[in-house]
Amino acid sequence: MAYEKTYEEINAKIRRGEAVVVTAEEVIAIVAEKGVEKAAREIDVVTTGTFGPMCSSGAFINFGHSNPRIKMKKVWLNGVEAYSGIAAVDAYIGAAQLPETDPENKVFPGRFTYGGGHVIQDLVAGREIRLEAVAYGTDCYPNKKVDTLITINDVNEAFLFNPRNGYQNYNCAVNLGDRTLYTYMGILKPKLGNASYSSAGQLSPLLNDPHYKTIGLGTKIFLGGGIGYVAWNGTQHHPNVERGENGVPRVPAGTLTVIGDLKQMDPNWLVGLSYVGYGATMAVGLGIPIPILNEEILYYTAVKDEDIFCPVVDYAEGYPYKKPIDLGYVNYRDLKSGRVEINGKMVVSTPQSSYPRAKKIARTLQEWIKQGSFELTQPVAQLPLADAEIDFKSIPERSPNGFTINR
Amino acid sequence: MKDKVVCYFSAAQSEQPIIYRLVKNYDLIVNILKADINPQKEGYLVTELEGERAKYEEGISFLKSLGVIVEPLSETVMWDEDTCIQCGACASFCPTEALSIDRDSMEVSFDNSKCVICEMCLECCPTRAIRLHFEVQGAAR
Repeated sequence: MAYEKTYEEINAKIRRGEAVVVTAEEVIAIVAEKGVEKAAREIDVVTTGTFGPMCSSGAFINFGHSNPRIKMKKVWLNGVEAYSGIAAVDAYIGAAQLPETDPENKVFPGRFTYGGGHVIQDLVAGREIRLEAVAYGTDCYPNKKVDTLITINDVNEAFLFNPRNGYQNYNCAVNLGDRTLYTYMGILKPKLGNASYSSAGQLSPLLNDPHYKTIGLGTKIFLGGGIGYVAWNGTQHHPNVERGENGVPRVPAGTLTVIGDLKQMDPNWLVGLSYVGYGATMAVGLGIPIPILNEEILYYTAVKDEDIFCPVVDYAEGYPYKKPIDLGYVNYRDLKSGRVEINGKMVVSTPQSSYPRAKKIARTLQEWIKQGSFELTQPVAQLPLADAEIDFKSIPERSPNGFTINR
Repeated sequence: MKDKVVCYFSAAQSEQPIIYRLVKNYDLIVNILKADINPQKEGYLVTELEGERAKYEEGISFLKSLGVIVEPLSETVMWDEDTCIQCGACASFCPTEALSIDRDSMEVSFDNSKCVICEMCLECCPTRAIRLHFEVQGAAR
């Protein structure tokens, strides 16, 4: 590790318009041709990207006050409830929230045509949104009802705050049962009828920095078509898992909490989604630049789809009932080829995460950095690392009233 | 010859063994792609008919003589490229590979000529980029 670069040196090159920036896909061929040592000297930044459903996403909004003022007890945006148990006219709209009138799965499988993710997309697109709020009224906040139309330009703040994005690796979902399943991994046909996966693989941010050496708190990122930041580790961040020799986790591992101003984002990169039988959610565009500070960091960015493995998980019983069913591992090269072997059977595989869009994010970030409009930030603190002692907890089964629960 | 047609029929017609007659009397290969009959027994049938040209035309004339409205199947499933996020989830459900992924670029495309209107893609597309553009007219028009 003789060769080292600093964030300052890389940013100086970016400002001069001299930085060498490649995508996490392009770097593979460069390293294969020139070797890690030479490539590390030449390349300053590797850009990554991912665009897929990320349910743990949402936005904080401050609506400003009505006259007379109101302390909102309940708030709805286009009929979708936003959480308002915070200050008077603040609320949080979650991507997976449904309108109260949604039939859900009463007629199975439900359609879930509109939810919080669609509200966020409509907001970002500048469309009018119906804002309804009710309150009980206080001396300081006498108003009890608001029913109006707003756009994103009418609110004080609107910022995305996604508690779990950019999952470092994910399950490949299959169905060993004998009926069709409707899941957050899409429709799964019975008896190993298909396999569904959801990762950008070799382009995915955390798979290119498996030990979180550059991605940390404060890292400036591409988020929803605009600028965002890593705010914290994501929920369920679980870095101390089984990893391959290349350092890449073989199961879902690290996650990110990200934040960014919704007003500068783009509806092409925050897209409301409807999963039949499951619910509504949102596809989030996320891209992270990786500064090539040394050879080791470059080595990690050169990871290929064939070297990234994920577990095959049964969603009939294995996932929902936590039954340990070993179906082995598959790699992303095979998953992307459209056919993978599972339990001795060739199974059709399709993604939930958009590889072409992930590539477009990595390219966009590449352009921004080349043009000098996007500089890199050094994290102010690290994410919990692979040696962290983190237990993956479940809800305890206790009996507050002497009754047995959850059984 | 081989062609896809939509047959709209009324309650009286739906009680007749029309398909049987097409096979038996006109020697046509009938592949029913989609059928829908409402509680009033009116409905439509999307079918692919294959046979000798003369027999094919006689078969169509037979349908029309019963009062069945026969129309050529025009574009039905619409893929909105701008709404599509290129995830590719549809590809494992399309039986004819009308919706398919280029496995190098991972880009999704739609070949309308291969589509048999099974409608599986309508369910599995999370962005609802695939729509059925299918003007079902009243059979008793």
